Amino acid sequence: MQTLAAGRPSVAGAARGKSLRVLPGFKLTLAFTLFYLSIIVLIPLSGLFAKTLTLDWQQFVSAVSSPRVMASYRLTFGASLIAALINTVFGLVIAWVLVRYDFFGKKLIDALVDLPFALPTAVAGISLTALLASNGWIGSVLEPYGIALAFNPNGVVIALTFIGLPFVVRTVQPVLEDCEQELEEAAMCLGATPWQSFAHVIFPTIAPALLTGFAMAFARGVGEYGSVIFIAGNMPMVSEITPLIIIGKLEQYDYAGATAVASVLLVASFAMLFVINALQTWQRQRLGASS
Amino acid sequence: MSGQARHPTKRAARAEPAWVRWALLTLALAFVFLFLFFPLAAVFVEAFRKGLDGYVSALAEPEALSAIGLTLLVAVIAVPCNVVFGVSAAWAIAKFEFPGKSALTTLIDLPFSVSPVVAGLVYVLMFGAHGWFGPWLMAHDIKIIFALPGMVLATTFVTFPFVARELLPLMQSQGTDEEQASIVLGATGWQTFWYVTLPNIRWALIYGVILCNARAMGEFGAVSVVSGHIRGQTNTMPLHIEILYNEYQSVAAFAVATLLTLLALVTLVIKSLAEWKFERQLRIAQSLSPERPVSP
Amino acid sequence: MSISIDRVSKQFGNFQALDDVSLEIASGELVALLGPSGCGKTTLLRIIAGLESADAGSIYFSGVDATAVHPRERNVGFVFQHYALFRHMTVFDNVAFGLRMRPRASRPKEAQIKDKVHQLLDLVQLDWLGDRFPSQLSGGQRQRIALARALAVEPQVLLLDEPFGALDAKVRKELRRWLRRLHDELHVSSVFVTHDQEEALEVSDRVVLMNRGRIEQVGTPQTVWEQPASPFVFSFLGQVNRLQGHIEDGSLRIGQGQARIACPELRQAAAQRAGYAFVRPYELELRPAAALGAGDAAGWIAGQVLRVLAAGPLVRLEITPQDATILPQGEVLEVHLGLQAFAAMPLRDADPVQLRPRGGRVFLV
Repeated sequence: MQTLAAGRPSVAGAARGKSLRVLPGFKLTLAFTLFYLSIIVLIPLSGLFAKTLTLDWQQFVSAVSSPRVMASYRLTFGASLIAALINTVFGLVIAWVLVRYDFFGKKLIDALVDLPFALPTAVAGISLTALLASNGWIGSVLEPYGIALAFNPNGVVIALTFIGLPFVVRTVQPVLEDCEQELEEAAMCLGATPWQSFAHVIFPTIAPALLTGFAMAFARGVGEYGSVIFIAGNMPMVSEITPLIIIGKLEQYDYAGATAVASVLLVASFAMLFVINALQTWQRQRLGASS
Repeated sequence: MSGQARHPTKRAARAEPAWVRWALLTLALAFVFLFLFFPLAAVFVEAFRKGLDGYVSALAEPEALSAIGLTLLVAVIAVPCNVVFGVSAAWAIAKFEFPGKSALTTLIDLPFSVSPVVAGLVYVLMFGAHGWFGPWLMAHDIKIIFALPGMVLATTFVTFPFVARELLPLMQSQGTDEEQASIVLGATGWQTFWYVTLPNIRWALIYGVILCNARAMGEFGAVSVVSGHIRGQTNTMPLHIEILYNEYQSVAAFAVATLLTLLALVTLVIKSLAEWKFERQLRIAQSLSPERPVSP
Repeated sequence: MSISIDRVSKQFGNFQALDDVSLEIASGELVALLGPSGCGKTTLLRIIAGLESADAGSIYFSGVDATAVHPRERNVGFVFQHYALFRHMTVFDNVAFGLRMRPRASRPKEAQIKDKVHQLLDLVQLDWLGDRFPSQLSGGQRQRIALARALAVEPQVLLLDEPFGALDAKVRKELRRWLRRLHDELHVSSVFVTHDQEEALEVSDRVVLMNRGRIEQVGTPQTVWEQPASPFVFSFLGQVNRLQGHIEDGSLRIGQGQARIACPELRQAAAQRAGYAFVRPYELELRPAAALGAGDAAGWIAGQVLRVLAAGPLVRLEITPQDATILPQGEVLEVHLGLQAFAAMPLRDADPVQLRPRGGRVFLV
């Protein structure tokens, strides 16, 4: 807050130059917040960037664009994209059903949607592998048809779908709930079919949230490790994800290489964070304008 | 992932025809069944494949026990730190205005979008033998990487935003009126926080702590990078599960996994409870007649 | 305790909320800050409480400079617009809060606190609600609990921010009367903010009219009503007709006709300057005209009845003047008649009438 409107005399000798904050603890909490943030997050992350800068350009490019690494990019980003798309569609369906319908077991399903969020990634990984391997419940059913869902890129997509499911559902759900019933009733009175009502009234309202959920699921998929490495098969050039390549390089003490590839992932993370923030701002503006 | 509890809504006429409704419902339930129920059930089925004896003996193994102990130790250090941070950050951001507020909020979300493997790498680069502080640490015989401190740091990084993310939207929507009233009535800052703010965020805080704990105990990628996988010393439960699985001791792996799965289920139960309580309060507030004073 | 506000100013960004405001409030007075939204009344109230700090100027409590004193130390009672009751505490705990938060040395014993709380709940006539939670109370009950809570710490000054804003009309009237009686009993200096003029005029000892960060007039309810100091006050309080015209020979000539309103105080003004008069609906004399367009009798304005609103304690007539320059575009004259007066000259829609102003204040444009 600014003090002293220009040119106005200050009459009594009261303290100026500092506006009184009524609630206490601002300095303390802000200082601690910034301190902790720097120590745990900012300084270590900038350490990685600093290390990247010490690499010479040749080293960097060869580490980042070797054929094996490029293949891993295709898998990591590609599988995340497909998984995020699947989640967008089914996540919307699940959110729709949870918000608008009543059925037996609804509360249970609603709670269960958060399972991938709370379950350790390694547990998810071995469980999905057990299910989809050729001797698993689902794998054994599909094997006679020649469909293999484990130890190949398909498994990666499925694991990432599991991981990303809550993101779309939980971002869309509140927006769908806040969708005023009157809007749909108005559309109905004006003669719109259910599909038109959905396409022209409801969908535009939830579109930003849907996109945000998609972006979050995608971002999460790109960095995912624990749930994927069990089911992926991890064969170089075929079913190897980028985080695994980083670990491989570390085990060979190729710090330079590991740092280089990690910086690519980190830049992707920042880009996704930026996009998600922009989407959330758009969503807020949308909802603000319509309320 | 916001912990915002949702408003109960009353839905009347449906626009879409019955067959659409049934189709959507079937689709949703099938998806949930395949992707959520099956993996959940699989953990328990696989764990008990060798019967109850097999289950118990897997858990009673010394290496399993030390993995459990280490996991708890890491959580006991990392979670309270993140809770203090989360409360601090939520207080500063929700109750005050200052420039750079939204930048700060974004930065707090940062660990959420970073790959856990990258998170682990970041600490190896700082404290590893070839890292920035490596030589200094070795000279003073302090081990961070491949030892407990590194694992705590990596876990703290990965679970950094959880408590703050649960508290922030709630505290922002609650505003500052009650706190201002408390101050004017003569309370100090701590009194205000303890008696006025804390009860209002009680359930969000509980859920944030439980979720942070579940994620801390289940963290795999980051800890995998910094731990060195030294059995009996630097293996947490998720890492132990990985080792068992790779050695084809799948029953033992799943047995340990059930513990973490139960923790996840407890987390979900607490969340449901928190939301139920909030919805109940909302319903009470909505149902009473707003304006008649009974006596003049 | 008396309050002295000395040349207080406050800016929010580019918006001047308060502009060099000074005010004296005597001990034991009940003062209303009245004005439209954005006039600065809530800002001023919060500055008195210490919840905002002024950019310039000072606040004195009984002659002692309190400008830099933290709100915790000011010993003011503040009742928030939306009550700000502690939602997780019972009514009893809410009221007891201020007493329980005192430092150990000066904290009364729990038994004394209990007595005091019951005393206060009795005072606000809600002793039977002690165990309820705020969410279980009605709006009016919550407001009274908020007041009891503020009074528990025996403040020297009571500040209320739109205390009845969120309640419906009947409840507001009842609580207004109740607040006045309470004040008469307790004699605590009180300041309350409102945009409802009826409330301000009915409850307070003195009214402070504010507009755009400045004080327009301070006076008793009767004074501000009968002798409004400025066009703003005149048009803000009650209803008013604005008649346009020009100054000629010490009076305002209304429109193009012969009706005039004397304004001796403006004799110095050059002739033909544009001006307007505020005339209250009960200050317009009305009589039926023989026919439309029969020409203005000297001193009368010709017009036609637009609507007769006869449901209510007064009969309200909306009149369209024949001379279109009298009123701004699209407006009508409003005249109030008592029921008997109206019965004596039954008028219907579209009847021709004549009006004569019997008073009114003239202002230059």
